[in-house]
Amino acid sequence: MKTRSKIFARLYIWLILIILYAPIVFIAVFSFTEAKSLGNWTGFSFKLYQNLFTGSMQNSSGLLSAVENTLVIALIASVIATLLGTVAAIGIYNMKGRRKNVMTFLNNIPMINPDIITGVSLFLLFVFLHISQGYTTVILAHITFCTPYVVLNVMPKLSQMNPNIYEAALDLGATPAQALRKVLIPALRPGMISGFILSFTMSLDDFAVTFFTRGTIGLDTLSTYIYTDARKGGLTPELKPLMTILFLVILVVLLVINIRQSKNSDKK
Amino acid sequence: MAKDERIINIEHLSKSFGDKKVLDDINLYVRRGEFLTLLGPSGCGKTTLLRMIAGFLQPDEGVITLDGRDIAGLPPHMRPLNTVFQRYALFPHLDVYDNIAFGLKLKKTPEEEIDKRVRRVLKLVAMSDYEDRDVETLSGGQQQRIAIARAIVNQPKVLLLDEPLAALDLKMRKDMQIELKEMHKKLGITFIYVTHDQEEALTLSDTIVVINEGKIQQIGSPIDIYNEPVNAFVADFIGESNILKGRMMHDRRVAFIKHEFDCVDEGFGEDVPVDVVVRPEDIYFTTDPAKCQFTAKVNSCTFKGVHYEMWVDTDTGYELMIQDYDPYPVGSEVMLYIDPDDIQVMKKERTANNYPAKVTGEGKVEFLDTEFECKTEGFAEGDEVTATIRFEKVDLLDHEEGADLTGNVVFILYMGNHYHLTVKTETGENIWVDTNDIWDKGDFVGIKILPQDIKLSKPAAGNE
Repeated sequence: MKTRSKIFARLYIWLILIILYAPIVFIAVFSFTEAKSLGNWTGFSFKLYQNLFTGSMQNSSGLLSAVENTLVIALIASVIATLLGTVAAIGIYNMKGRRKNVMTFLNNIPMINPDIITGVSLFLLFVFLHISQGYTTVILAHITFCTPYVVLNVMPKLSQMNPNIYEAALDLGATPAQALRKVLIPALRPGMISGFILSFTMSLDDFAVTFFTRGTIGLDTLSTYIYTDARKGGLTPELKPLMTILFLVILVVLLVINIRQSKNSDKK
Repeated sequence: MAKDERIINIEHLSKSFGDKKVLDDINLYVRRGEFLTLLGPSGCGKTTLLRMIAGFLQPDEGVITLDGRDIAGLPPHMRPLNTVFQRYALFPHLDVYDNIAFGLKLKKTPEEEIDKRVRRVLKLVAMSDYEDRDVETLSGGQQQRIAIARAIVNQPKVLLLDEPLAALDLKMRKDMQIELKEMHKKLGITFIYVTHDQEEALTLSDTIVVINEGKIQQIGSPIDIYNEPVNAFVADFIGESNILKGRMMHDRRVAFIKHEFDCVDEGFGEDVPVDVVVRPEDIYFTTDPAKCQFTAKVNSCTFKGVHYEMWVDTDTGYELMIQDYDPYPVGSEVMLYIDPDDIQVMKKERTANNYPAKVTGEGKVEFLDTEFECKTEGFAEGDEVTATIRFEKVDLLDHEEGADLTGNVVFILYMGNHYHLTVKTETGENIWVDTNDIWDKGDFVGIKILPQDIKLSKPAAGNE
């Protein structure tokens, strides 16, 4: 009986993993062939990778600039969100009673709020304020939805921290700015890093908010590019190697973070 | 005393958090080089006072001067004081050496000088080999040593210590007490120490400041505070004591537990109600009938390590605690006496509850934000009066129904044959109650006062 239920448990786990990862493996495998339509294997080839890196793709010079836009927007938005979110978390942490609860609640709403609502409402706001939409508005929008996640990641670090260490720094002669830089930030760093990484990935794969705030100047990020591309009829074949590379990069980042964390917890 | 002997001078200092007055008109000076302890129960305001000296809090009123200079506008990082915090507050991302060097590096002290000074204080706190250690790998006691080292390496004019030993176990605490005392002698720095532990205060201090409910109760040397407490709170808080109602017959003669005793106190007047404190180690057993002042029956006897603690019932119906090196069997009749020197007579802080009140109608009076019924003959509506209620006339109920108002028991004194309770009402006023019922500190109680027990009088000029 025992072994049978064990086998069943194993099978179940593998089934779930296959369902989860099959689409990605599928794309990765077919990124190594030249066939235009998905599912056709016409022999192993690096052609698509070559096209991607030399930029010699048919009709899709926009792809590389979309990738560049995506990364630049994600980087700027998550850096600013990390700074804003950390300061906000310190502010909320130092509030008392009801005010603190209200602020925490207000911080949680944007995270539960559907992206489409965030996107449309930001679009309407920018129109109302007569801000011409483009790069800046997309970055502003991304900062808006990333900041709450940073707050959420930094708050637990604040509660774990000895509340006296900031005062201890002042007491030893540090100005408030020095105390922030030399004591508070180092203590909050792990939370800030995880908030940054979360912001970066959230920004990277955002579609709804970007779509509504990018305006009409033809700004494309990866997600909007793929959307337009798919509507034009068929995906650009070079997307397959691009997806594969992105997936691998994120996988490596995740592994590095996990290894670092387990090393840290071993130390204690 | 020369004025420049005072390193810190505090005048009329007050602080409120919201409606709650945490410190009320504090006046205090600290002598250069002394070990001064702020002692009081939790929530008495002692830590608030320390934080104001350190500069983390601003006073609402009053002045703090350091070396004759007002330091009100000085932010904490500009004050030549350093603090040892209750839970160490070491910087977790720095090792032992960098924690200690933190303050010196900020002052741009030359590298060699830093090195020399860090090593010197590490030696002083007996942690010489630990400089490269991660602070989180150290035990509580070791972390506290580093916290002390981190503070004294800056050579502050005054070292502030906020219950630094509270988180340590008993044995470690005793050892650290001795070390702190030695450190104080060696360094010659003024120490201001906050604690709720009366034994710690007695062991360490040159001067003790007893604080309760935001007010200074007594300032004095440990011996003064122990032997001559000025009021029942101090007597009860410092050491064990028998606190009893008494009556000063005339100079050097006091009556309590329905017996008369010789004492050494003078100047109270004749036939004046007083409080009397007798320490349990100051009641002596005797077999000589000539010496015997009163007799009692031993009620319980417990071994406490060095001495035995006994409760006896006196022939006049009072319970007293006695500490002696020899045990007396439970149930035995004993003869007792007290030396005149060992009787501490204190002025009674109050003899009844008095409240400013207002007559609000025929047979109605308002005080403590509540309307009471009582006789108002001789007074008209709108008259300002004083309402007096004797301690034993206040009834406490364990429920709200039928009560005139509610409150919490905040302080309990056993007076030999009854309890004297301080009850704080919802609006923060105190009602004092004499009762035979047993209540616990923190109990929520209903308060009932019968109409015939409220006595009204014209408010005396200059009186509350």
